[in-house]
Amino acid sequence: MCPAPGPASGPAPAPPAIRAVGLRKAYRDVEVLRGLDLTVPRGAVHALLGPNGAGKTTAVRILATLTEADAGSATVAGHDVRAERSRVRRAISLTGQFAAVDEMQTGAENLRMMARLTPRAGAGTSRSARTGRAAARARAAELLDRFDLSYAADRLVRTYSGGMRRRLDLAASLVGQPEVIFLDEPTTGLDPRSRQELWTVVRDLSAQGTTVFLTTQYLEEADRLADRISVLDGGTLVAEGTADELKRRVADHRLDVVVTEAAYHRLAPQAAHRTPETRTLGFPTGGGAREVRALLDALDPDGTGIERFALHTATLDDVFLTLTRTTPAPAPAPAGQRAEEPSHV
Amino acid sequence: MSEAALSGASEALTMTGRSLRLSRRNVDALITALALPVLLLLIFVYFFGGAIDTGTGTWYVTYVVPGVLLLCAGFGAASTAQAVTEDLKGGIIDRFRSLDIGGTPILAGHVLASTARNLLATSLVFALSFAIGFRPAASPAGWLAAIGLLVAYITALSWLSAAVGLLVRSPEAAGGFTFFISFLPYPSSAFVPTDTMPPWLQGFATCQPVTQVIEAVRGLLLGQPIGATGWVALAWCAGITAVATTAAGLLFRRRVLA
Ligand SMILES: Nc1ncnc2c1ncn2[C@@H]1O[C@H](COP(=O)(O)OP(=O)(O)O)[C@@H](O)[C@H]1O
Ligand SMILES: [Mg+2]
Repeated sequence: MCPAPGPASGPAPAPPAIRAVGLRKAYRDVEVLRGLDLTVPRGAVHALLGPNGAGKTTAVRILATLTEADAGSATVAGHDVRAERSRVRRAISLTGQFAAVDEMQTGAENLRMMARLTPRAGAGTSRSARTGRAAARARAAELLDRFDLSYAADRLVRTYSGGMRRRLDLAASLVGQPEVIFLDEPTTGLDPRSRQELWTVVRDLSAQGTTVFLTTQYLEEADRLADRISVLDGGTLVAEGTADELKRRVADHRLDVVVTEAAYHRLAPQAAHRTPETRTLGFPTGGGAREVRALLDALDPDGTGIERFALHTATLDDVFLTLTRTTPAPAPAPAGQRAEEPSHV
Repeated sequence: MSEAALSGASEALTMTGRSLRLSRRNVDALITALALPVLLLLIFVYFFGGAIDTGTGTWYVTYVVPGVLLLCAGFGAASTAQAVTEDLKGGIIDRFRSLDIGGTPILAGHVLASTARNLLATSLVFALSFAIGFRPAASPAGWLAAIGLLVAYITALSWLSAAVGLLVRSPEAAGGFTFFISFLPYPSSAFVPTDTMPPWLQGFATCQPVTQVIEAVRGLLLGQPIGATGWVALAWCAGITAVATTAAGLLFRRRVLA
């Protein structure tokens, strides 16, 4: 059977898990990626964060060898995505935005099929070494168990819940024990509990030494899972760093003020956050007493507009909105996904 | 055999298993695929058969069995297009490709499954036609040749259908192809001899591939000499297969590499 994946032992010459330089891609005259640079060290969890239409899926598909870039180069697991496509494919797995399992097969059948199609671990680059029947069966059982799906192994996937389907999809991508896994918006459309379960799975994978590259529109997700975050907007990276670095880059704190009706309309255009229902506006600030006082004075010179205020540590939301604000209006997040209405000035 | 070919063959087998499981569970389509041949056979023999004089001096069932077989083969093969469009809708093709599996094994799986489905329908038609009086006079070699030709015809149409599945954007559009393919056997010698047709139609009906295949299969089953018809029919099938596999390869690359 396949050896359990683990951190590479011994001295690793270790090129980074992913390195991309100047990736460009256009569909017709629409430039989707305009020079993307990325470096992801081995074993890291990296998030590519961006609004809908930013080019996340395009970037993942290029790195996973499913689409060719117009310009630029990339290596994944040390292999060139263009010249060594098969080697890259051997080292990676992709779980895309759309489920890649058959509705009309059972969970076990799906996994056995994927296992049969996967090269035997340790088979090197030999193409004929697909996994045998018995080994495929064992591998499927193991994965079903690991993803808490054994109880539904013999049910058609059609009867699975969204969360179960996503777990099966991820399980199917792991049959070959990839070094680098790509997850394209893994929790979009999942309920909060399923999302938590998926996060646990990602952390487990990472703990075992697998490099995880995930895309997300959810800042919270990037914050919780990723070692580093690249913020993609309009086809280029607008920021990169750890969650804390990004937060520091913009402003440490956010001042939320509850204002009168009249002041709301006057101040709303300048605010980083707006919650019309409670007439609350948020403004970035360093958080020092002097700075906050000056900000309050500037917002409300005659002292009649602001009813209450509160100071918060900046969230990644603030960072994201600040960073993606300059580019022409990215599509707003679907209603209900954010507690606060983002402002695109 | 080279290593790559071996691995391609094993992938195609796994894909065939998949397609067969999927078609076994698509109960509506399966019932249609099996009931249609039976109904058509009964309709042609009992509703129309009495009124049709084929000039061959045999009971109509003997004349019409090859026609019903081909009609249903066309219908069954065309469902390949739907299977391919279904695959393209979801993420499964990307998953297969990220396992480094090429388009050929994926499509070949659908084609082989289609052939298997059709052979099941074919056996059903043979069994029923025996029951109602079909008495072929073929030698074992003739049987083998007739079935081989049927398989070649089904394979050709299934590949054509796979290419159509890669070309169209929806299962509904793929359904339109089914209609077209099912219609082809009517202007042929499947149900009536072509010399009973108006002259403008006769030319097409006599030369079109369905007629060639039917004449060859009919001749083989009845133990009659078929001359070069068998080779002409086989050449048609090989030609269609060659064009369709090439087109499918190009279309697959165009669809998935975007
Ligand atoms: N195959 C394609 N053909 C044409 N346009 C495409 C194609 N794929 C993506 N696009 C366009 O590229 C842009 C970025 O898409 P995508 O990479 O899917 O963004 P994201 O995953 O961040 O939402 C979108 O405007 C989208 O319409
Ligand atoms: Mg996307």
